[in-house]
Amino acid sequence: MTRAARQVGAVVAALVVLAVLWETYKALGPANGASLDTTRLLPRTDDRAMPHLWTVLTTLGSPEVSGVAGSRTVGAAVLFGALNSLRLALLGLLLGAVVGGVLALLMQRLRLLEAGLLPWVVLSQTVPIIALAPLVAGWGGVLRVGSWAWSPEASVVVISAFLSFSPIAVGLLRGLHAPGATEQELFASCAASWRQELVHLRLPAAVPFLLPALRLAAAGAVVGAIVAEISTGTRGGIGRLIIEYAQQATSSPARVYAAVLGAAVLGLVAAGLVALLDAAVLRRGRLA
Amino acid sequence: MSPPSAKAMVEVSGVTQRFGTTTALSDVSLTIASGEFVTLIGPSGCGKSTLLRLVADLLTPTEGTVHVAGKTARAAREAQDYGIAFQQAGLLEWRTVLRNVELPLELHGVGARERRARAEELLEVVGLADVADKRPSQLSGGMQQRVAIARALAAKPALLLMDEPFGALDEMTRERLQDELLSIRAREGTTVLLVTHSVSEAAYLSDRVVVMSPRPGRIAAVVDVDLPLRATGTPTDVRESPEFFAATTVVREALRAPARVASP
Ligand SMILES: Nc1ncnc2c1ncn2[C@@H]1O[C@H](COP(=O)(O)OP(=O)(O)O)[C@@H](O)[C@H]1O
Ligand SMILES: [Mg+2]
Repeated sequence: MTRAARQVGAVVAALVVLAVLWETYKALGPANGASLDTTRLLPRTDDRAMPHLWTVLTTLGSPEVSGVAGSRTVGAAVLFGALNSLRLALLGLLLGAVVGGVLALLMQRLRLLEAGLLPWVVLSQTVPIIALAPLVAGWGGVLRVGSWAWSPEASVVVISAFLSFSPIAVGLLRGLHAPGATEQELFASCAASWRQELVHLRLPAAVPFLLPALRLAAAGAVVGAIVAEISTGTRGGIGRLIIEYAQQATSSPARVYAAVLGAAVLGLVAAGLVALLDAAVLRRGRLA
Repeated sequence: MSPPSAKAMVEVSGVTQRFGTTTALSDVSLTIASGEFVTLIGPSGCGKSTLLRLVADLLTPTEGTVHVAGKTARAAREAQDYGIAFQQAGLLEWRTVLRNVELPLELHGVGARERRARAEELLEVVGLADVADKRPSQLSGGMQQRVAIARALAAKPALLLMDEPFGALDEMTRERLQDELLSIRAREGTTVLLVTHSVSEAAYLSDRVVVMSPRPGRIAAVVDVDLPLRATGTPTDVRESPEFFAATTVVREALRAPARVASP
């Protein structure tokens, strides 16, 4: 079995296990859950709290606004929202990769900068996005360049980039430092310029470090995009849809789970895109 | 300070090298004539690699001067007057064997066709033409080291610097590579400065063996080696000749009692 097939198999197996756990608990768990005083220990299992998985799947085909002709289905709304969030997350990942890449190059070039900057790059990831989101939206809202004005989507992209630049910067920097003394002296002996050393030695040596970093960054970008949509109230994405459907939980409890399912698929698609890139790089490396 | 002489390939004069409080080399002077094969031998930590790195301009001496091919060491490095091979082959895993050999030429802007032709020629010389398209990790240690030597020779350097290039290899491979090195050197007319800790390797390869002593590193003795069978005999003849045994004995004694031998 190939590596890719094994990975896909693992994802499918995980989904099946999750589905089985869900339905088993729903069947066997107490209908009203279990509480200790006011603290809920086990969730309720009635259809409102935990709809059957097939109810979640069939709700995808139901119209979003019932009784209105031509209303789009819940599934279409989820798909549209997920694609929109994916677009923002990929833009964020791209921005994060550029920022992280430039930071790594600067830190590699200037030792002093590495000592001063690296701790902040790592620490930046401990800032909660919930706290960051209103700040970005607030500061960004003031910006206006020519005819282009800051949009809520720009806030989402920036927050998404904030969660993805750090793994890239740290991973790439480690990779740039990977070549040993022998390789560095070899390049020095050939009077190679910094640029030549970068292109022919440090960047190729960094590729194996960059791919796992990209995987982390992609996950960060997706989480960042969804949480940023929720906390800035940006419309059009899956994050906002989760909030909207959660408010409809009394009338259609399955909807919020459909939206969560969309978010999960979104994460899988992002991971899949990185895996494809990974495979392409590996194949090129073998042929070059 | 005397100007660098025209015939000298390497001229080290009055060089002292300090790393913080350690003095790795103290007032070392050494001249290597064009076409000569010189080895540096001495106990670990006596400054052999340091001296080689100074010649390669990978280090700048604390005191003294280093000239290579009639230029400052720096100018010689920039002109690719020397090629260097280390104990570790240091091959780039993402390049094929052929493209590893091409690297020094590529860094100096030599056109693709020309550098390819030169690399193919060199792989032929070191007997690795059939693995040109392999990855370095697919090769044995001895083969990797041969690729590193081919790479060091790529830019047709007048001087070949080697830091224990056969140190990690088994005895059989080591002897075969020593013979290959001698024939390459005869063919390319390269001056060689080689660091080793093997007495027999030093005696077998060199025209002159420079024996060093530690703390602080200095030259304890210089032993001239003359093996007449090199021109006429087989490698085995040379290795079994009385002159070879005599040379190893002199080198070994110089190593044992460095203090008693006057610095030349
Ligand atoms: N870059 C360096 N920094 C500090 N000390 C060094 C450095 N390079 C070599 N030394 C010291 O200089 C001495 C000579 O080292 P070296 O030339 O590598 O010896 P050898 O090659 O003969 O074993 C040793 O004591 C070593 O620890
Ligand atoms: Mg050494």
